[in-house]
Amino acid sequence: MENDKNNHEEEHHIVSYAANLKIWVVLLVLTWLTITVAYLDFGNLAVAVALLIATFKAGVVLTYYMHLKFDSKLLTILLLITVAVFSTFIILTFFDYAFR
Amino acid sequence: MDDNVTSNPQKNFFEETEGRKGIFKWILSTDHKRIGLLYFYSIISFFMVGVALGLLMRLELLEPGGQYIDANTYNSAFTLHGVIMIFLFIIPGIPAVFGNLILPIIIGAKDVAFPKVNLLSWYLYIIGAFFALSTLVFGDGPADTGWTFYAPYSVNTSTNVSMSVLAAFILGFSSILTGLNFLVTMHRMRAPGMTWMRMPLFAWGLYATAWIQLLATPIVGITLLMIVAERFLGVGLFDPSLGGDPILYQHMFWIYSHPAVYVMILPAMGVISEIIPTFSQRKIFGYKAIAYSSLFIAFVGYTVWGHHMFTSGMSGPARIIFSILTFIVAIPSAIKVFNWLATMYGGSIDLKPPMLFALGFIFLFLIGGLTGLVVGALATDVHLHDTYFVVGHFHYVMFGGTGFAFLAALYYWYPKIYGKMYNVKQATIAFWVMFVGFNILYFPMLVVGIMGMPRRYYDYLPQFHVPNIISTVGSWILVTGLIMVIINFIKAKKISAKEAKNPWGGLTLEWTVQSPPTLFNFDEIPTVTSGPYEYQDKEER
Amino acid sequence: MSEEALQHAHDEHRDDAASKLGMWLFLFTELLLFGGLFLVYSIYRNLNMEDFHAGSAHLDIFIGAINTVVLITSSATVAISITAIQKKHYRLAKNLLWFTIIAAGIFMVNKYFEWGHKFEIGLYPGGEMFEAMPGGERLFFVLYYFMTGLHGLHVIIGAIILGFVIKEINQGKQTHDNFAFHENAGLYWHLVDLIWIFLFPLMYLII
Repeated sequence: MENDKNNHEEEHHIVSYAANLKIWVVLLVLTWLTITVAYLDFGNLAVAVALLIATFKAGVVLTYYMHLKFDSKLLTILLLITVAVFSTFIILTFFDYAFR
Repeated sequence: MDDNVTSNPQKNFFEETEGRKGIFKWILSTDHKRIGLLYFYSIISFFMVGVALGLLMRLELLEPGGQYIDANTYNSAFTLHGVIMIFLFIIPGIPAVFGNLILPIIIGAKDVAFPKVNLLSWYLYIIGAFFALSTLVFGDGPADTGWTFYAPYSVNTSTNVSMSVLAAFILGFSSILTGLNFLVTMHRMRAPGMTWMRMPLFAWGLYATAWIQLLATPIVGITLLMIVAERFLGVGLFDPSLGGDPILYQHMFWIYSHPAVYVMILPAMGVISEIIPTFSQRKIFGYKAIAYSSLFIAFVGYTVWGHHMFTSGMSGPARIIFSILTFIVAIPSAIKVFNWLATMYGGSIDLKPPMLFALGFIFLFLIGGLTGLVVGALATDVHLHDTYFVVGHFHYVMFGGTGFAFLAALYYWYPKIYGKMYNVKQATIAFWVMFVGFNILYFPMLVVGIMGMPRRYYDYLPQFHVPNIISTVGSWILVTGLIMVIINFIKAKKISAKEAKNPWGGLTLEWTVQSPPTLFNFDEIPTVTSGPYEYQDKEER
Repeated sequence: MSEEALQHAHDEHRDDAASKLGMWLFLFTELLLFGGLFLVYSIYRNLNMEDFHAGSAHLDIFIGAINTVVLITSSATVAISITAIQKKHYRLAKNLLWFTIIAAGIFMVNKYFEWGHKFEIGLYPGGEMFEAMPGGERLFFVLYYFMTGLHGLHVIIGAIILGFVIKEINQGKQTHDNFAFHENAGLYWHLVDLIWIFLFPLMYLII
């Protein structure tokens, strides 16, 4: 956490045009994949598969378009804390509904 | 005022008007100290309204049966008392007032990270407060649901729930912005050399608090919006007759509102951690343990909300899990208490008013905390749920804890902010009146609670009469003490700049600047070379 | 304090990392705001599997997919416009932002037709078709309107903010070495995209 004090001295990383376009293609492919997979019959796992792909997509957007890969690690850590807190809410609430 | 200026050539922040006149000096200023005082004056005003409502309820409960107010008025009174005390007083109390006044100075900064956002959050607070109090005048009377707005009653009642709920939403937004501001301030603006492990514990308390404000408040925000949607559109999200689940509302509400009690208590613990070493003139015992336990409380605090719902129809395994987690959250609180006691051990304790209130905090918080374990335990809670035991418990924690810490902070930092000193002897007497009155008011509630008196009724069975008389008399004593405190502050006298600079011999950064501070606090940002409580070293020298 | 010193202190030290951190923290609150809705959604879906399935069948996957592609593309153009401003290609940066705003418009127009159609056939709280539905299916549609509505509101706000970025580029306030506002507005727009990435499969793709 100490290094967050001086990261304004870091050079801004410039993501190239080509890289941005590649990410765009990846996201389109993943969108196609979500739709295709939805038509396959995964039964109870369907939600899990859909969420897995969505999470991966979100990860790509966060890493490249939102520059987490090039920014201070602090932001990634804080994001993970946020996600962990939200997951805790979901899991504990389901402890109630799963056993009713 | 004159001698202050002559002995000190710097203009303090009261005198520095930035070219604004009259009221605009205040309501347009982005200076963190002026915003802190804006919060202070508004919060104290709303607190008075809350106190008046509390007194009214205690008066009604002096005798069984209805005397002064009818059942519906009583329902509205306890709802408004709860909404005002929680959303307008305790949650913003210490962070918005003392966080704003002291935090930037104590970490060696000129202001918070986003001064304009800071002012915006005060405006949101005022708008929220206006909505909350406007229910007294507009619509079909103030909400009568209790401050928890439980569905489906909150969806069906004809009283003005929508307005109250909207108020809570806006106040939540204000709270989020304050937390966000403080987080960035602490991450980016600590003085050079002030590592995380040299940051004063008050700042640590606010840091942990800010994370709760940031991550838990949006949940209740969206939940309250759903209640509004339900009231206007009849969509049935939480209405069982339309397919919804009212227990889910309780989950959503407490996911925020339980962590919110740590928003109330963590800054208070931070205040106590500042006061104890100063008035013991000893290095704080277990600095790291206190700092980390704040974070630990914040994060475990996210996982215990279910203990408010033990009798609501939640599943058995969930109840057991929430009960266990509740016991875990008691550990870091106890760590803090033991560390404070260890700090005092062998110190030269000076029982000045801030220290008295801090010790009062420890005593009352201990009772509040231990009764908390009683209601946190699944088996006993089933018996005590919705009785006066719960009312006694949370008043011990919130008023005895946070309320006393608020006053401790006020006594501690008052000379710093105003450059004035109150009458110490009168403050000491006021403390004892408040302390005695407090226990006479709330301890009988624990007793009648165990005897089985339910909360939230304007009437009660005759066998509860005696404890209720004692309790009501206690409320009069407590209010007498409060009035003494207020008069003492109003009559506080100007003291010389030299005396006001560091009256308690504190070592944190706010005691190195003049009182009242200048507009930008420091002429030159100091460089920190040691921890904040190195009192031991001073003795050795 | 002398006038000069006062003036000097007013020239606030620029701290882009602080404003970016502040923006991220704000995005966390937005995530949790939608998170609360996702929590309610997941519980009710779990309790009403069949009804959610039936409710989802009323949605048009094609329109949803189009909107997904539109949003992803708009996210790409915002990301590229940040590359452009760093390379001093101001004209390109502005054009890409205009494209993003137009994409937001297309998204909202689609949304308008989508919602409009449902309102026509009485598929709204109080409408005939809605009231005839079983509880779970009604919950699905309430959540559908609530979540996509709140998301739509964010699309509109995001587009307006991007408009201000264009204005600031025109005024020369956003430049290749001073584009914090542009970057933070971009982060906000990506968040709007992130939320939709989850909304799309959870609403449209329950097959």
